[in-house]
Formats: sequence, structure tokens, C-alpha cells
Amino acid sequence: MASNKIYWKNEAELNPNDSIVQKLKQNEFPEEIPVDEFLGDKKTLSDSSTNRRDFLKYVGFSTAAASLAACEGPVIKSIPYVVQPERIVPGVANYYATTIANGFDFASILIKTREGRPIKVENNKDAHIGGNANARIQASVLSLYDSTRIQGPLSNGEPAEWDLLDATVKAKLAALKNSDKQIAFLTQTYASPSTSRLINDFSAEYPNTNHVTYDAISADAALTAFEAKYGERALADYDLEKAELIVSFNADFLGDWQGGGYDSGYSKGRVPKKGKMSRHVHFEANMSLTGANADKRIPLAPSDQKKALAALYGKLNNSNVGTDLNEEVINAIDQVAAQLKKAGSNAVVVSGIDDVNAQMVVLAINEMLTSSAFDAEAPKYIRQGNTKAVDQLIADMNTGKVGMLIMDGVNPMYTLPNAADFAEAVQKVDLSLAFSTNWNETTEVIQFTAASNHYLESWGDAQIKKGHYSLMQPTIKELFDTRQFQQAILTWMGSELSYYDYIKETWTTDILGESGWNKALHDGVFSTISDAAMQNSDMVMSQGESQNTEGTTSLMAAVQGLAKTSSEGMELTLYSKVGMGDGQQANNPWLQEFPDPITRVAWDNYLTISKADANTLGLVNENVANGGLDGSLVKITVNGVVIDNVPVIIQPGQAKNTIGLSFGYGRSVGMKDEMQTGVNAYALYNNFNATQAVSVEKSSGMHEFACHQLQNTLMGRGDIIKETTLEIFNTKDHHEWNPVPEVSLNHQEVPATSVDLWDSFDRSIGHHFNMSIDLNACTGCGACVIACHAENNVPVVGKQEVRKSRDMHWLRIDRYYSSEDTFEGDNIKKDEFSGPLESKTGFEEMERAAENPQIAFQPVMCQHCNHAPCETVCPVAATSHSRQGQNHMAYNRCVGTRYCANNCPYKVRRFNWFLYNNNDEFDFHMNNDLGKMVINPDVTVRSRGVIEKCSLCIQMTQKTILDAKREGRAIEDGEFQTACSNACSNGAIVFGDINDEKSQVVALKEEDRMYHLLESVGTKPNVFYHVKVRNTNEA
Amino acid sequence: MLFQRFLDFYKSIFLIFKSYNLTLFRIIINYKLSIVKDFQNKVNVVFLTSILKTVMILFFARMVKLSCQNFDRNIFNMKKVPYRAQISNIFGIQFVALLLFTNFILAQDSATSEPEAAQSTSEVTVAEGDAVKGKQLFNQNCAACHALNRKMTGPALANVETRLLEDEGLDKEWLYAWIKNSQGMISSGDAYAVKIYNEYNEAAMTAFPTLSNGDIDNILAYTAATPPAPVQAVVAAGETAGGASNSSGITNEVILGALLLVFALLVMMLILVNITLRRIAEANGIAVEKAKAEKGLPIWKAFAQNQFLVLVFSIFLLLSGAYYAYGWMMQVGVDQGYEPIQPIHYSHKIHAGDNKIECKYCHSSARVSKHSGIPALNVCMNCHKSIYEYKGNPEGPTSDDLANGYTNEFYTGEIKKLYQAVGWDEENQKYTGDSKPVEWVRIHNLPDLAYFNHSQHVSVAGIECQTCHGPVEEMEIMYQFAPLTMGWCINCHRETNVNIEDNAYYEKIHKALSEKYGVEKLTAAQLGGLECGKCHY
Repeated sequence: MASNKIYWKNEAELNPNDSIVQKLKQNEFPEEIPVDEFLGDKKTLSDSSTNRRDFLKYVGFSTAAASLAACEGPVIKSIPYVVQPERIVPGVANYYATTIANGFDFASILIKTREGRPIKVENNKDAHIGGNANARIQASVLSLYDSTRIQGPLSNGEPAEWDLLDATVKAKLAALKNSDKQIAFLTQTYASPSTSRLINDFSAEYPNTNHVTYDAISADAALTAFEAKYGERALADYDLEKAELIVSFNADFLGDWQGGGYDSGYSKGRVPKKGKMSRHVHFEANMSLTGANADKRIPLAPSDQKKALAALYGKLNNSNVGTDLNEEVINAIDQVAAQLKKAGSNAVVVSGIDDVNAQMVVLAINEMLTSSAFDAEAPKYIRQGNTKAVDQLIADMNTGKVGMLIMDGVNPMYTLPNAADFAEAVQKVDLSLAFSTNWNETTEVIQFTAASNHYLESWGDAQIKKGHYSLMQPTIKELFDTRQFQQAILTWMGSELSYYDYIKETWTTDILGESGWNKALHDGVFSTISDAAMQNSDMVMSQGESQNTEGTTSLMAAVQGLAKTSSEGMELTLYSKVGMGDGQQANNPWLQEFPDPITRVAWDNYLTISKADANTLGLVNENVANGGLDGSLVKITVNGVVIDNVPVIIQPGQAKNTIGLSFGYGRSVGMKDEMQTGVNAYALYNNFNATQAVSVEKSSGMHEFACHQLQNTLMGRGDIIKETTLEIFNTKDHHEWNPVPEVSLNHQEVPATSVDLWDSFDRSIGHHFNMSIDLNACTGCGACVIACHAENNVPVVGKQEVRKSRDMHWLRIDRYYSSEDTFEGDNIKKDEFSGPLESKTGFEEMERAAENPQIAFQPVMCQHCNHAPCETVCPVAATSHSRQGQNHMAYNRCVGTRYCANNCPYKVRRFNWFLYNNNDEFDFHMNNDLGKMVINPDVTVRSRGVIEKCSLCIQMTQKTILDAKREGRAIEDGEFQTACSNACSNGAIVFGDINDEKSQVVALKEEDRMYHLLESVGTKPNVFYHVKVRNTNEA
Repeated sequence: MLFQRFLDFYKSIFLIFKSYNLTLFRIIINYKLSIVKDFQNKVNVVFLTSILKTVMILFFARMVKLSCQNFDRNIFNMKKVPYRAQISNIFGIQFVALLLFTNFILAQDSATSEPEAAQSTSEVTVAEGDAVKGKQLFNQNCAACHALNRKMTGPALANVETRLLEDEGLDKEWLYAWIKNSQGMISSGDAYAVKIYNEYNEAAMTAFPTLSNGDIDNILAYTAATPPAPVQAVVAAGETAGGASNSSGITNEVILGALLLVFALLVMMLILVNITLRRIAEANGIAVEKAKAEKGLPIWKAFAQNQFLVLVFSIFLLLSGAYYAYGWMMQVGVDQGYEPIQPIHYSHKIHAGDNKIECKYCHSSARVSKHSGIPALNVCMNCHKSIYEYKGNPEGPTSDDLANGYTNEFYTGEIKKLYQAVGWDEENQKYTGDSKPVEWVRIHNLPDLAYFNHSQHVSVAGIECQTCHGPVEEMEIMYQFAPLTMGWCINCHRETNVNIEDNAYYEKIHKALSEKYGVEKLTAAQLGGLECGKCHY
């Protein structure tokens, strides 16, 4: 019975004329083994003075020497402290509350230190606002130990002394006092009460001071709109937990929109409770993290987004706003408007459009809705940049009006679109100086580089939101001869105060009132607004809504302006990736290897383009023989600026006639070779506007990507990601939308859970750990991935290795596109295939993602199966099961057969192909003493030739148990945590003991939405998932 | 240095030898005598020469090997003693060999003279007060902060009464008042009181209102006593001890030289005797070779021809070879008995044994951390600020100590090393800030792949430190007592009942498990203490 099925690995195989495929079929090793290089040349062989006997001598000697050397064990020295610091006990971690405020990321965090070394970032759960660390903040601890940091002040690139800098600056300041030349500060956004006070003090002494705040990725439009309406340069805050309907116009609020930090509230609203969850409608051009999570996503070019916003305002306002949008979009807007009206104050509209008019309209809509999620009373201060002032400063520098330029936290030569102008202008400044932790594009063109502290070595404070303060304290002494900006300013002002004293003064006089400084420092956060007051502020908001006629007319003008937006050709939307942000941490290997949640590509930025446009331009993405992904290259031109050789990723969901490109890449100065990845998108950031008219042209050649996930769709395998709609979820029995898979036993279909090859163990005694992952709460942000890296000493392997699928991530977040418009559609399509031919062609079709697909994220780590397939195939019993539910991995026992990895249905086991530590071939952080300081001493650094995988952070659970034993008490729910569950501020990952009936994880396990990954395999995992529910309710 | 090590080594050989069974001794001597009796037996002569050759080869091979080892130790600063018993056996064999030829070294051994510690009762020459009582009172009340002849927290007190009278014109009454209430005097503005107070870093002296004037008289009598004789005696004893140790070094050299000479002479003699005997035999017409030829089939030939025997023998050889090879392989990486030379000769015997200092006073982190922690030097200084010299044995060091060079001066010198490391200026009782952290040689080296937590065992399980670290209180030099192999860990986990009393953590789990296994006590293994991941992650 011959089968006419054709098995194939790759589309290309179906093409019989493909030479590569044919060659690979015939030849396992397509490349010649280079023996000829050293054996082929007879002459060199015969000329060689080394004969066979010599060779044997060498071999003999080296064998003997090696065995002799192995006889004596090494002597290990142990050096105790001379005077042991108080509170440091070797082997016990200390936690300190501090704040990151690097101009792009602002958060109140905890730092775990071991023997005085910061090794991990944790969320500060005491913080009401900004207590969540995203992937970049999680990774920022590694930037502290960056071996490329500058280790002392520099003068024209040459090492100098602080005394020289002090003397030069003080002399210049004295000269500039009372002169008509400016003393200009070009700095990041600090949102810091103390720094503001400091600069005010400085201005009081030197009235010719000009402080310009510059955000690399500007929020100027939103700031200007807010300032026009509310009189303060700040950003409206949104509490998305309170919103039942969220309408977003290109606002990537799960990413970096207005400083981010909205995901936690969003996720809380997204978990169905009592049959209710929020609905999220999203208009955007690029496929963003937020769009991927939306219930309804409408791909729209940037110009159309503006029109749509105008149309929406018209609908809500019952005024006539004529636009040339197509009918489909108009219908969508009609529906949204109806829903908004219905939801009233429970709805909110957000916008990330770089246009003051758009921002004004959004503010007006929220006021009109009296949205309870909208908060203009207590706005956010984490973006302050003023693009006009930046332009003006460069103009002033050019005309010689600036006597001294001091920069901190900015890298204008990299982030300015007109960097060349800046380079020219800075030459006309008498004294230019920049604070920087690294040698970069800017330090290259200026006179003095003041080696700056990392934030973990600095004092500081921040007011993230009005009334919510946060303190920054050093967690380690300066590693190098560095000084922080504020301290230097104090010194240059001739003050004897340390910046610590200065902050304390600010806080005790202005902020703390009755409360104590020590408590504030201990907590890291201080709020002048009580929780009750926060609730009330919303009431005040809704009452205080009043618009004068003048406002209304200008608003109508704004709406008309939006409606009449015109565009020509393709539109480019610049965005920031959750892994790289504005690029200040581009030399952080963890972030470079962090795969983008949407494209799953690491080590690169790229042009995202829709399939239709790619076809028109002849652009392709293809998988090559070694499993890597290649993409075409293009040349893009924006306003005369040309970037050539930009690689292309065909992005499902990308709006037609638009392309996207991310910031943060393309840095080259002061970077290790391997870190110099991607192209610099800031060069296209004209007028600090993220949308630009662009022309795209195909270039020759292909680019090699390092992509973590090559399969884009599930091809109808609905038992991996289970989904349903809110309607079905509310009305149908869970057996219908969350069926237990069935297997055949004695020719009868029975539930897979009832059949078992194995004897079950009694696991009711002691702890039994389970992990719950809620697909509704998971936004795919990836903070857990980096947290896992930091906690478990996961090595960075580099672009070439990732390309060979040798990435070492213990925790991955799979992203799946639907092939039909919905995943449900995929399932239906698959079930309706009849006959082998149809299924062949059908599955081929299903490999391709839809034009605007549904997307699902799924964090997958070792599932810690109770009946683990990996354990049974290990010939040396290196992997074994514990009664606590963890699947153990004894690295020293592993001989590297990789049988376990082959037998794992979840593909979560990782093989150490190389020695990644102490190996200069992997020049990331584990090969230098500085970078090694981030290593967690409680977790083994694995050597090569072993399999490694998620351990459910056994070092953390064991510590919790030991602490309880030592204190002689039972363990409470919530004490058991893993790195990923700790890092997840969205509540998507919950970890606990299911033998503790009161624990949260038990409640979660008993929920109807619970399912196991590949339940039909019968592995009985200890990690379970919750069915994703989509709120497709259109009414 | 190398030679010194060499001598040390031979010293240790003598010690082992001393403890060697005396009966064995006699047997050897008797054997030797019997050999001498049978001296004319030619066969025996041949036998003796062959033994001699073997012994010589053995001896020189051993010497070469040991000198290499000593060299290694110099490099690596370690004294690694795997299979200590085996080595002592080899030593024994060598000495058996040596004894065959020498008996006069025994004379040397018994000649070790015990230095008489000069016992001198301090002569009290003060009119008022009893210096003996005074000494007692001084030690009880004053010694924590004062010494007689050196500054400590407070000034030196030798002849304080006369000093005050002569230098400051202050009489005894002032002293009474000062001792009973120094703070009162400072606040009342007494000039000298304030001066002293300021001079000693404003450290307030404890008031002693309970001391009567008589008591103070006694103390003063003690302080006024002529510089205490015992100090000199100790110095004298120390000097003799030092001398003894030096001379013992010299005797060792002499012994060694003499031994070698005698050895060489004996070898010469035996060769000569052999030759002479042969000549005599030849002269008498006896053919030496004939004796051999007359024998039947030699045993080894008979053995070689019996194939069964050969087979059994080779199997036996292979098996025993494998057994020893396995044993040898298994001790690779096991550093039991590892006893490195430390930068400061720290004696656990003196601290934990003689002075009964609780282990966890210094190794405090063992209670809360995975590391027991080598104490920071400031912990040492808690005591050693005032303990600046070693005067452990009032009778002076014992002969054993002396043989090892552990005199009081030696220990005092080690305390000075601590002062140097921590940057303590003894003169001015101040830290100079110039510190050199001590680089201890780590003895217990668990591989990185094994996670061990001290607090789990010390605080939760309540295991004595000695269970794993051995009789630390008897260790002059710390060494690794336990093998620290995984088998050793596992064994203990199998056998040891977990201390679950009064620990609320165990309540539930204990109840469930004791029902399951039907036992009242639970071992660590029953609680899951044998699972791989509990120690390897």
C-alpha cells in the first residue's frame, strides 16, 4: 500500500529544480572538509622538519605533562574581609530599593545584591506607580558591568584627571558669568525634584543658563497638547484597569508609548472576571505588541489614522467630518463610536500619533467621555523633551552664542537626525563636555568626557507621576573613577554638599513632610497622594470638565486639520522595540539576544513590510538550508537621506503601503564588533516625527537574520494555544471551548487524562509546585525572559549561533499568527480537509500568516512533567523527577547524548554547544572579570556538552523552604516565586504550591480555563495554561 | 628552605618511629643478631646483600620522591596526605631497613631533655597589701583594659602608685577616688583626670565602687611588685626552648649524617665480607655454584609449567590490580587529610579547645548562610586587642610543643602577624588603616556543582560542627577531616533523623510522612534529601 504523501521540510524541497535542495539531498556535508589545505601540498609536507618520531615525542611529552599536571589539585585561596561591612553576610542576598531614571525608562525597582554586587533587578511591589521593570530594566544590571565603560574622565579622548576638568570648567564658568554667552545644558528627562532644584540653583548663580531637555524618542506632540490644555508640560496618565473599552490610535502602550508601564493595569482588565473583560480596539500601521494583544486590530497607514481619529471625533460629537477613508474603515469607526458612546466613562481613547492636533483631539475625547481611566490631574513627568528648544540650541551653538555645553544622558550625535549639524555646531562652542558611561558618537566630537556613574552607583530621585516620588540609591561603590552629573554640578558651583545631602535636603523640606527619610529610602517610594485620594481625583476630573468656546473652535480646526491629512507614496513609521528602546543599552548582550516579541528576530533591526508590498517590490523572506532566515535588502530614502542595505522582514498585519523601522540599532562607536548591529533609524527622524514619507527600492543581496522562531502559524493545532471568545466563554460549558483531548483506548475515544502508561506517585505530601500561565494576561513583553537570564546565568551565544537554533533561552515566548483571520478559522479549515491532496495543499496554505492575523503569545519553559519523557531516555539518569514537582537536571552527571532534548515534546531543553564562559570566541560578558560579576552565585555556570533547562528556579524555592525551616514556621502562599513569576507584573505567571489548598495557584488550577500543553501526550505537566479569551463583542 | 623541609620530614619520621610497636623492634633486633650469628653462612650472605640492594634502591627512590614532594609543597604550599597509613608503612619499612644496621640512634632518642620551666614564686616586697590577692583582683577587674607594662585601652599600671606620686604628685587618695568613680572626677574637672581621659580616646573607665581601699591596696601592691618574675621565667624558658629546638635540628642533621656514613660503611663491609668469604670458599675448594646446580627443578619453573596455577595467579593479579587501581582512582580529588600551611599559624586547639570558644562566635554566618565564613579580621580583633601575647601554659610549652616549635613566642609572633594584616598599631592602640587581607588557603573545597548550605545543617538540623569537621578543638593545624564525597553526604542523609521537634515547618509534612512510612522519626532521605536537584543546580 504505497503512500502518496510527500514529506517535506521546506517549501523549496517541492521544487525539483532547486540546486541547493538537490545538492543537500545527495551530500550530507555540502562544504568540503578542508584536509587538502594541510595535506594536499606535498612540498610543504616534505619540507617540514617535523618527522613522525618528533610527532610521537611531542604527543608523548604533552600526554605525560598533562597527566603530571593533573596530579596536584589547585590551591584555592579564601580572603575574608578585614573589616566586615555591617549587614553583609557572605552567601546571603541583600535587597535595596532604588530607581532607574535614564531618560527613557523610569521605574521603582529593587536590586538584589550578593556580597555587595548587584546581580538582579526585581519589581518594587510597594510602588503604586512605576514599580514594574520591563525587559530593558531587567537587563540594565548587566550594563553596570559593561567592559567597554569608560573608566575615568577624558580630555579629547585621552585619559585626564578630574582636577583638570574641575579647573577647566570652573575657570570657564567664572569667565562666562555675566557674559552674554549661554551656559547650555542638554540633558535627558530627569523627572527629578532634586535635579530641577539643582539646575534652578545653578541658574540663579549663572543667569545665562539654558537648560534644554532632550528625549531621543520625542513625546513632544503629546506634551505640547497637554500643556496647551492643562498648562503643564506633562503627560496625561491612563489607568487601563478601569477601562472597559480601550481604543488606541497607534499608541503602543504595552511597549514604550509615553514611557510605558501600562501593561500591568491593562492585563488586569483583560482577565475575564464574572464574565467581563475589557475590549481593546487598535488602529496602527506596524504590528506592535499592543496591536498583537488587541481584540480588534485595524491596520491603517499613519495618515489614515489621523483621518480615522478625526472621523471618530466627528461621530462622537455628532458633527460632520468629511474624510476620504474607505468604507471598511468608516464602518469600523462607526462601530467604535457606538461602543464608546455606550461605554461612556468606562472607555478611554489613547493615541501615539506624533501630531499635536491628534493629541488634542484625544484629550478632548477623553474629557467628553469623562473617562475614569484618564487622569490629567496627576500627570506623568517622565517625558520632558522639547524639540523646538533642541533645534534652537543647535542654532545658537552655530551662531556662537553658546559658551559652554554640558550634556548628560544624551547622545545627540547618534539620536539627532541632523547629527552633522550638531557636529558642526559643537565645534563653535568654547567648551563642550558630556557625561557618559561609554565612549559614543557624541563623546567623539566634543572636548571633555566626564565618566559618569551607572544608575546603580548613583544617588537620585524621580517624580514619575505627580505625587509619586521614588528614590535612587547606590547599590555598589563606583567601579571606576566616575562621578555623576549632579555631584559634578554641585562641585562646580563651589558647593561642599554631596548630592546625597542635597537630595535629603530637598526631600525633607519639600516632599516628606512628617514622614521619615530613612523609611522613604528603605521603601524607595513615597507617595503624597493616598489611595483614597487617588480614587477621588477621578471624581474631581469628571466634574471639572468644561470647555470654553475658544477651545472648541481651535479643537474643530485641529479635527479639520487631521481630516485633511494628505500623504504620498509609502509611509514609514519609526518605533522602538521592547528589547532595545532608544538604543542606550545597545551594548548589552542580553538585550541584543532578546528576540523581538513580534518578529522573534534578535541581533537586528529591519524594515517591516506587508506581504502585498513585498510582492510588488520583489522582496522575499526565505529559510535556507541550515535553518536560518534570510531577507532581501532595500534602500530607503526619506527626505533625501538614504539608508542602503536595510534588511526586510515581511510582517503579517503591516498596513499596506507602510513600512516600519525600529530605533536603537546601528550604533558603532565604542561598541564591540558583534554588538554593532542594524541600521540607525534616527537618521530618518525628521522634525522628531515618527512618521515619514519614504521611498523604497530593492537592493541586491540577502541579509542573514538570527530568528528564534521560524514557524509562523499553528496550522490549526488548536490544542497548543486554546482560544475562545468572550461570548462562548460566558454562555457555553467549558467542555465545549476547552475540551480535554481524547485518545483511543480499546478502540474507544476516552479523555487523554484517563489513560496512563505510568504508575502515578503520591504527590500529596510536602510541596508540589505548579506554575500557571494566563494567556489573557500575558502581553508578550519579555521581562520574564531577561529575568530568567539574570537569575539562571543563561549564556549569550551570539548572532551566528542563534541563527543555527542554538539559543540558550530557558524561557521563550512563542508567537503565533493565525493563517485565516482568526485561530478559530484555522481550526475549522484544518478540520474540513478531505483527502491527502487537499490536506497537502491546505497545510501549505496554512503555513502562511493572514494579512491581518490574530496573534497569540505563549511563554514556554520546561513543563516539569510528572511523567516526563526526557527522564526515561536519559542513559545516565542525569535528569530525574523530584517529589516537589520539579524536573531536576544534574549537569555534572549529563554526558550530552541529547536524547532528552529529542524526546521532549515541548522542545525546551537547550544543549551547551560550547564553553560560553572564559571563551573569547563568545566575547559578551562571561569572558571578562567585570561581566562575570553579574553571575548568580547560587546557580552553576554550565560547561559545554551538557543539556540545560528551566529548573523552576529551584534555588529560589529551596531558599524559601530553608528560610521557613530556620524560622520554624509554615510557608505562606506567595512566598514561593520564580524569576519569571517575580518579573511578571501582569499577573500572567503565577507560581505556588498546589498542596497548599489556600494558594492562588490551586484556585487557578481549578478554573475552567485551565489546560495543559499537549495534554494528549500524557506527560502531566506541572505548568498549566489558561485559555485565551478574546472579547469580540462588536455590539 | 628545601633542606629545612627535608629535616622536618625526618623529624616526623622519628615521631612515627617512636610510636612504632616496640615488639616489632625487638623482633628486628633479634633477627639482626641471629643474622650476625649465622654470618658464616654463605647463602645468608647472598640473601643479605640482595636485601641490602633492594633496601638501598627503595630508600633512594623514596628519598628522590620525597624531595620532589617537598618541592611540590614549596610551590603549592600544601601538604597533601592521601593514604597516610600507606605512607607510614613505607616509612616503617625504611626504618626496619635502617635498624638492621643501626642501633645507636636509639640512644639519641631517649636523650631528649625536658626543659625545666623555671618555677619562681614571685617575691612580694611591698609593705602594704598582698600582691597575691592583688594579682587575683587585677585579673578579675583590670586586666580587660590594663596591662602592667604596656598601654592597652588604659595606661600601663606597673608602679602606677610611685609613678603618679613622682610625676604628678598625686597620692593614693587620688587613686582611690579615681578607681571608684573616674567619671565623677572628670566632670569635677580634675586636671590629671581630664588629661588621662582625653589621652585615651575618651574611653570612660568603669567605676569600681565595690572595691575597698584594702582591695585597691592589694592591686597596687601587685602593680608595684618588681617586674614580675614569671615574665622573665617564661622568657628564659622560651630561650631554652628555642635553643632546644635549634639543637634538635642540629642533632637531626648529625643523626642523618651519621646514619648515611654508617650505612655506607656497612655496605662496604658487607661487600668486602662477601668477597672474602668467597675467596675463603674458593680456597677451601667449595664450588659455590654447585649448591644451585644440585637442586632439582626450581620452584618458579615448576610454577611456570603448571598452567592452572599460572591462570589462577594471573586472575588473582588482575583482580587485585584492578581493586587497587580502583581504590587509587577513587581517591583522586578527595582531599581528606589536606592540611595546608596557612599564612598565619592559627591554632583551633588553642581557641576552640583550650579556651572553649564557641565555633559560631567566629564562624557566625554558618547560622544564616550557606557559607560558614572565614571570620573577618575585625572579629579576631574583638579579643586580640587585649590578648597581645600568648601565655597559654603557665608551666611553659610541653615537650611536644617544643619539638614542633610551638613556643609562646611563636604564638605571640603569629598574633603580631594578625596585627600587621589588620593594620593595628600596638604602640598607640590604633588602626593605621594600612591593612593586608590574609590569604588563607581554603581547606574544604566543595566543587561548584554541589550546593551545600551550612545554615540548613547548623541551624535547622542542629548538627555539631565536629560531625563533619572532626575534632577541631584538638587540631593544632586545621585539616580536612571528612572525605566530602557525595557518598559520604548521601550516607549521612540516609542514616540521620531529621530534627523536626518544635519546628512548625515540618508539622504537616511529618504527620503525612510518618503515616505513609509508619515511622516516628524521619531521615533526610525520606524527606527527599537524596534527590539530585536538592544539591545540584
